[in-house]
Amino acid sequence: MSDVPRKLPAIAEIEKAPTLEVLEGLRVETLGKNGSVTALLKSLGSMSDEERKTQGPIIHALRATVTEAIAARKSTLEDAELDRRLATERVDLSLPARNIPKGSVHPVSQVMDELSEIFADLGFAVAEGPEIEDDWHNFTALNIPETHPARAMHDTFYLEAAEGAEPMVLRTHTSPVQIRTMMSEAPPIRIIAPGRTYRSDSDATHTPMFHQLEGLVIDRGIHMGHLKWTLLTFLKAFFERDDVVIRMFPSYFPFTEPSADVQVGWSFEHGRRIIGGSENWMEVLGAGMVHPRVIANCGLDPDEWQGFAFGCGIDRLAMLKYGMTDLRAFFDGDLRWMRHYGFSFLDVPTLSGGVGA
Amino acid sequence: MKFSLSWLKSHLDTDADAKTIAETLTRIGLEVEGVDNPAEALRPFKVARVLTAIRHPQADKLQVLSVDTGDGQPLQVVCGAPNARAGMIGVFGGPGTYIPGSDMTLKQASIRGVESNGMMCSSRELELGDDHDGIIELSGDAPVGASFAEHAGMDDPVFDVAVTANRPDCMGVHGIARDLAAAGLGRLKPLDVPVIEGNFDNPVAIRIEDPAGCPAFFGRTVRGLQNKASPEWMQRRLMAAGQRPISALVDITNYVMLDLGRPSHAYDLTTLKGAIVARKARPGETVLALNEKPYALAPDMTVIADDNGAHDIGGIMGGEHSGVAEGTTEILLEIAYFTPERISLTGQKLALTSDARSRFERGVDPAFLDDGLAILTGLILDICGGDASRVTRVGSPPIVEKRVAFDPALTRALGGIDVPESEQRSILERLGFRVDGEVAIPPSWRRDIDGPADLVEEIVRITGYDNIPLTPLPRAPGVAPPTATRSQTAERRIRRAAAARGFDEAITWSFISDGDAALFGGAAHIVANPISEDMKHMRPSLLPGLAAAARRNADRGATAIRLLEVGRRYLAEGERPTVGLLLSGDRSPRGWQSGKSQKYDAFDAKAEALALLNAAGAPTANLQLTMGAGDSWHPGRSATLGLGKAVLAAFGELHPRIAQALDLPAGTVAAELYLDAIPAPRVSGRTRPAFAPPALQPVSRDFAFVVPEGVTADVLVRAIRGADKAIIADARLFDRYEGEAGLSLAVEVILQPGEKSFTDAEIGEVSAKIVAAAAKLGATLRD
Repeated sequence: MSDVPRKLPAIAEIEKAPTLEVLEGLRVETLGKNGSVTALLKSLGSMSDEERKTQGPIIHALRATVTEAIAARKSTLEDAELDRRLATERVDLSLPARNIPKGSVHPVSQVMDELSEIFADLGFAVAEGPEIEDDWHNFTALNIPETHPARAMHDTFYLEAAEGAEPMVLRTHTSPVQIRTMMSEAPPIRIIAPGRTYRSDSDATHTPMFHQLEGLVIDRGIHMGHLKWTLLTFLKAFFERDDVVIRMFPSYFPFTEPSADVQVGWSFEHGRRIIGGSENWMEVLGAGMVHPRVIANCGLDPDEWQGFAFGCGIDRLAMLKYGMTDLRAFFDGDLRWMRHYGFSFLDVPTLSGGVGA
Repeated sequence: MKFSLSWLKSHLDTDADAKTIAETLTRIGLEVEGVDNPAEALRPFKVARVLTAIRHPQADKLQVLSVDTGDGQPLQVVCGAPNARAGMIGVFGGPGTYIPGSDMTLKQASIRGVESNGMMCSSRELELGDDHDGIIELSGDAPVGASFAEHAGMDDPVFDVAVTANRPDCMGVHGIARDLAAAGLGRLKPLDVPVIEGNFDNPVAIRIEDPAGCPAFFGRTVRGLQNKASPEWMQRRLMAAGQRPISALVDITNYVMLDLGRPSHAYDLTTLKGAIVARKARPGETVLALNEKPYALAPDMTVIADDNGAHDIGGIMGGEHSGVAEGTTEILLEIAYFTPERISLTGQKLALTSDARSRFERGVDPAFLDDGLAILTGLILDICGGDASRVTRVGSPPIVEKRVAFDPALTRALGGIDVPESEQRSILERLGFRVDGEVAIPPSWRRDIDGPADLVEEIVRITGYDNIPLTPLPRAPGVAPPTATRSQTAERRIRRAAAARGFDEAITWSFISDGDAALFGGAAHIVANPISEDMKHMRPSLLPGLAAAARRNADRGATAIRLLEVGRRYLAEGERPTVGLLLSGDRSPRGWQSGKSQKYDAFDAKAEALALLNAAGAPTANLQLTMGAGDSWHPGRSATLGLGKAVLAAFGELHPRIAQALDLPAGTVAAELYLDAIPAPRVSGRTRPAFAPPALQPVSRDFAFVVPEGVTADVLVRAIRGADKAIIADARLFDRYEGEAGLSLAVEVILQPGEKSFTDAEIGEVSAKIVAAAAKLGATLRD
């Protein structure tokens, strides 16, 4: 048995192997089934114990050296190969990526969500009612008899009716929801009722269809001080400013007594109209204490239950907060307008994240 | 309601200035919409005297004037007015002055070679009247050099007040003065009511045949009068109110209406024949009203008639035939009480508004007939002369003494403000109420007061709403509980899911055209008085509105349109919450990766419908698809998604004829979701079931079937899923091929092993079940 060489000539070849293929050939020559190092390992079995004691470590060390050398060379060659490939793999990432269309939420919907969130904190649920109303709910129950001059002011749309039948109307306000709520729910009641309303009117600030918000509180001991506080609290929250101020003036609605017009202060900031401060005033709400006759019409005892109601234009609130100037554009479906004034789906109003976007 | 400050002061003793008065009016509920001082525009005009007037050397119709404007330096002015002459006093505007009536600014100019330094003005040039025949001629004692506006008494602010429908008493200046006095802004001057007994019996018989419409008619004759121009003070007040002076008789009746809120009427006696009767109109009767329009009357309307027929639409408008004219010398004066409800209905039916109607339908003071007639007669006798008859009083006005419970504590309980009881009483008394212990008796002119809440309003409005302290609404303890209903939550989720998927949310009109409604089965509700024919039919579908919006956007050059609306359909059986969506144009634009642009197809509509139904909480995995969504849709490229009998959505291509009628861009697809059909989910609390992932990996096997005609992919996949529910976790169609053998559908089936891996035998078993299930549909395994 010849001495085991301490260093195989193969090591040098391995370290110089030009390609992965040559390196693989050298691996087979040394560590393969019939390789030279494999042969040496196999020879250990036929050695005497003593011989194995001396030769064993040498042969194992040799195998380790060869293995390491191959691994090292392989890594070097692979790195070089990768570098070469990477040098060819280039794309112009300034090319446009696939476009995902971006949608929008209509400002009226957004504002309705904001109102729902604000009023939920004040304990108001959201109530709904039909837009095609009967005369009783839209007028009579609200203390507006047929001959009342206020009826003419409503510019009512009537629906065609069969001969002899009383025509239905497109609700001229969201107030009939007050009636429906008082008739179907037991007090105490706190609701807001946003929705579509209709009047026969058309110019830059009036459209035959628009959106109104109704508010109603029916309880014991509710008075005008509560009304004033609620409206101020709501407007401060909605316009997200502490300097929002309101003033209330006596007015007239057949369904409230006393009745009030509510003005909010506004100022010019950077040439734009901003709600807040008291440089100027504009009317934003109609309100009042629910007329005892209205409460009685709904089957409640006006000596026990009293409360307030208010109404305002949702489209108008949107315009005042977000700066649109033409109401007609709200209902035109112009994609450019919707993308300009619309909201991201992520703009969900929350108390913690804010009710504006 | 417009009136001047000086007019108001004829009823109110006050030192308050216009600003304080305006603020107070608004504060007590008489909203001031504007205060306008006509003197502002006339500030630069001065009273000036014409010193000399000589003919213009170059023009026959012009004169060259020398004008003294008060500063001692006569100015040369060229003037074309025929009445310009030396010595007259008129109104002068110098260079730089804006002339409102001709909308120009004066310049120093040379007129036919003669220098002119200003202008002597006509009434029309100052917008004081129509007169343009000559320049304004002032009285000889007018102070030269003084401000013309001041001299003419025009420095008198005019208030424009919006009087609410419950306050007919404030549709006269006197009533407004009363409210101001009650608010502490001065003292109300009592009315000066002359006593005029009359010198002869009223020769005209008056009868009431319709006491329900006209319960009282007081009248008297005045003869031997002269209907000339009304006096300047009255003309000035009428003009402040926005009325054009016409003649003394017309002006006086108008003035009494504006001053005291009391309409009246004067008939030219020579046009009347026989007795004057307040009666119901006869069928087919017409009146030519003072506005020169004929009105066809109905028997539920009250008219004033004589033997010849109806002359006057009672309480609304007089007739052209019997009205007073320039030559009128004999009149019958009418002060009547018309029932408000009747006036309102008649006015609505005739679509006729008038100052008289707006007062009568709100309710004039029923106790102010005699005094009103006396004041009216007094003015006529003063201004027009003549001789008045005694008064004929027929019927009686409905003077009802209302007694309203007065509870001082209610002011706090309802109004939210503490007002001392003595002050509460005082306010009511200043407004004309009588307070008798626990009862308040409203004055005859306050028809609107009929309950304790009305008293609270009176007390609180005079005290000032500003003084009501803010009182927080009681708040329930704890964090505010959620308030949204399931359907509200569903709508919100759909809206935001859609926005996340690239839809722009539109809001379109609830009413559409007849034609558009007909395309979707026709409208169940039709507006009888639409604003236009295009906005007449309550929509049976959201798609026509979205289609119109898509069309407009396409016309503006939009190439990718994804529109959504959440709203209602208005059906015969009710209003249905609905989502409409429309995809039009490019699903993906041409691109460097994808090549040509790709259009939407029905599967895009399906994907969106499913995604949004899912967002709304619908069990989308269980939905059954039925081909053909109805007459409005393409029969072979539309379908509905349902659960049992309920249809949750329709989607696909619209019927080509409808797409064409709506002028939809080619390749538009749509869907409609019927939110009320989505079943309520079973509520089982917030806790989820325990997480128990299967221990072993699922196995996938592919099957390809040749299916007979009429078997849809959905039916096949459903059948396969149901073949062995314990093992088959999912089945998904992944290929579709139409060859000689017919339609072949390939389905990937996911098998989920339980405790142990599948044996070949088990896989064989389930495969056999799958093939058998497919065979029931007539499908055979493809070779």
